[in-house]
Amino acid sequence: MSADATDRHARNGAEGLTFWFVGLFLLVILPVLNVLPGEDSWLHVSDFTLNRFGKFLAFAILALGLDLIWGYTGILSLGHGVFFGLGAYCIGMHLMLTIGKESVYGSDLPDFMVWNQVKELPLFWKPFYSFFVAVFGAILVPTLCALLFGYLAFRSRIKGVYFAIITQAVALSAWLVFNRNETNLGGTNGLTDFKQILGFRLSEPGTQRVLYVITVLALGGAYFLCRWIIQSRTGKVLIAIRDSEQRVLFSGYSPSNYKLFVFVVSAGLAGLAGMLYVPQVGIITPAQIGVLPSLEMVIWVAVGGRGTLIGAIIGAVGVNFARSLLTNYFPELWPFFIGGLFILVVLVFPDGLVGLARRLTPESLRGLAQSGKPAPASEGAAR
Amino acid sequence: MGQLAGDDPAVREQAFRTIIDTGDAALLASLDEALADADRATCVAVKPVKDLLKNKLNLASDSEEARRSAAADLGTSGQLSAVPWLEQAAAKESSRWVRYAMEESAAVLQLTAGDEPAKIKAASALGSLRSQNGLPALKDLAQQLSGDAASGAAGKPVLLAAQAAIDQIELWGTWSNVFETVFRGISLSSILLIMSLGLAIVFGLMGVINMAHGELMMVGAYATFVTQELFRSYAPAGLFDSYFLVSMPVSFLVAGLCGLILEATIIRFLYGRPLETMLATWGVSLVLIQAARVYFGDLTAVTAPAWLSGGVQVMVGVYLPYNRLFIIVLSILCVTGIYAVLFRSNLGLRVRAVTQNRNMSACLGIPTRKVDAYTFAFGSGLAGLAGCALTLVGNVEPGLGQNYIVDSFMVVVTGGVGKLAGTIVAALGIGSLNKFLEPSFGAVYGKVLILVLVILFLQRRPSGLFAIKGRHADS
Repeated sequence: MSADATDRHARNGAEGLTFWFVGLFLLVILPVLNVLPGEDSWLHVSDFTLNRFGKFLAFAILALGLDLIWGYTGILSLGHGVFFGLGAYCIGMHLMLTIGKESVYGSDLPDFMVWNQVKELPLFWKPFYSFFVAVFGAILVPTLCALLFGYLAFRSRIKGVYFAIITQAVALSAWLVFNRNETNLGGTNGLTDFKQILGFRLSEPGTQRVLYVITVLALGGAYFLCRWIIQSRTGKVLIAIRDSEQRVLFSGYSPSNYKLFVFVVSAGLAGLAGMLYVPQVGIITPAQIGVLPSLEMVIWVAVGGRGTLIGAIIGAVGVNFARSLLTNYFPELWPFFIGGLFILVVLVFPDGLVGLARRLTPESLRGLAQSGKPAPASEGAAR
Repeated sequence: MGQLAGDDPAVREQAFRTIIDTGDAALLASLDEALADADRATCVAVKPVKDLLKNKLNLASDSEEARRSAAADLGTSGQLSAVPWLEQAAAKESSRWVRYAMEESAAVLQLTAGDEPAKIKAASALGSLRSQNGLPALKDLAQQLSGDAASGAAGKPVLLAAQAAIDQIELWGTWSNVFETVFRGISLSSILLIMSLGLAIVFGLMGVINMAHGELMMVGAYATFVTQELFRSYAPAGLFDSYFLVSMPVSFLVAGLCGLILEATIIRFLYGRPLETMLATWGVSLVLIQAARVYFGDLTAVTAPAWLSGGVQVMVGVYLPYNRLFIIVLSILCVTGIYAVLFRSNLGLRVRAVTQNRNMSACLGIPTRKVDAYTFAFGSGLAGLAGCALTLVGNVEPGLGQNYIVDSFMVVVTGGVGKLAGTIVAALGIGSLNKFLEPSFGAVYGKVLILVLVILFLQRRPSGLFAIKGRHADS
């Protein structure tokens, strides 16, 4: 027991060190390398690369939230694309409205409304003239949706496979609804062609650099929030729920309240990720919130190593990096790759890259020799 | 006869009338002869007469379809002299629906061109025939008469008769619509049912949701397609239509084999980890979809065999296509077959035992792993069969399974685990609800509404419609 505790302590220490190192790299070194060296220096980080990293890091925020509910609490949600999408659409609507007369048709209304012959701005668009409403909405709307859905789902003790299926159906429905033109959310084409944010041009590298830095800071904040939750008493209960919900229930806790809490938090993080994603990528369409993207999000966490926060971040960045490489050079192979990854991760590396690395460190090898069992794995995470 | 080629329009008109009134179809040949070197204007003028005579000739044709379309054509010709032809033909007619078409046409003709008592009679005849084709004529008449009615009470009885007939027809129209919706709902449910049964049995037995189930369905559909192509290239021409009979067992076996491989290579290693199984099988489904896309291209279609094209008319305005009927029959056979396997065979006994208590069954010497493998293969085969059935009503494309998979998950969740009755009721319910909500809410909002209903339903019954009762600590 005590050996386990010291082991965990050592791991936390190692993880903390990694975190600070990576944080320094992302927050300071990358932007500096983007600004300082000349265009042709080998140290130069191009605007494109920086922007791409910004996108990956936004995904990493979402992965943290997903790890919180799947890796730590054992609830598999296949509908996190929806919360991501809600956040993204909130900020997207604001950005659409700030285009103003610069749009193709020169109307105050967004272009797609002109196509669809919508004469007046729908009522639910109006609050999004305000930047602050959009930013708060991007977190609040997914949170409230998660609260409502989670309340209904956890109250009736939907869990495990059932929960996964229902959330997947939610993702499908949301995708269908966002695709419709009459919901006035841009239909299949989504929201795009943004020009400015708070008066700053989105096409300027400077704006993108600031957005990148904000994303890194948000990621850091999300990381601390998650770590704080995990290390608190609540976090202990969450892990206990993952390992045996029945026992938690019989010990006098109400698992459904804890589950609802963590579900809402992770939805909020997904909304935050969506909010940071949109201005950097410049487009949000229903294709990014459907069934398949929601599943891919889960695979980020699985690849990195669920049950470790750093793993979620590594997975999100790593898989998306591989994706942008592969879809560039071998677009046909991508489904094979991601499909194979699903299978491989589940069958061969259930603890992801972090688990793999941990198995290879000298300490755990020693531990392995002593106790005759592999490094602590997140057993029972399935139930 | 010579008058036909004459120059004077009045004379020509007179000649047409004589021909129509005598209605001698034998004249058709001589008419053609006489007009062989007539000018274009004459030909155009004679065309309706010729059509009329041809249709009259066709009323006595051997082909049911020809008689029927002749009757329908005569109905729109506006020639009152066709009425006695139709009536005579109807009296001799043996086929119910051809006779119906003849009576309908006769009534429509009388309604448009007849005198007042004939109109009244025709209107009530159309009413009792529930004729959808007569509806526009009746409405025109009613509108015209109600315009006239302001000036005098001349057309009053006719108007009343027409109004009554319109009401009768419209009421019938509503009902036949409902009936057709129900039918479409049932036929959609049937595919859903075949698919969900496989999913539900496996879920009940092993607690595993196979996300690649939809792709096994796709495999079945492609197996059907390949069988068809093989028949097209190698089988004698007369045998082509029987390819479908061969493709049913083929698609069952191919998909079952895929299931067996899937079980042996992946699912076997993930027992007790249902969520991981979901993810891994989803990976399999992605790979299968992309493989099908690379190999077969984006869109292919299966030609339905001739004996499944067409349909049967059961009531006025209600037409049931054979392919949909076939799917319904197939699903009934599947359900019967599954019941037979589960409750009348050795394997079924073991499946039920393992479903109820895996450890105890193992203690009693049941090879649970083998039971799992066979059941999984059987469930996959059912998905393949569903895919085969699906080729009758839709295209074969790589994403085929995706359209049905979420619906069938919903069926399994709603139906509950361990009882087939739950799956059957849930499949029928969700399938029909889909079709019922479609007209008023649109397909998209219908689906969303169903999801909301399922979530609300699970509030009251978290473990589905028919849960196995018992003292489960972890239910």
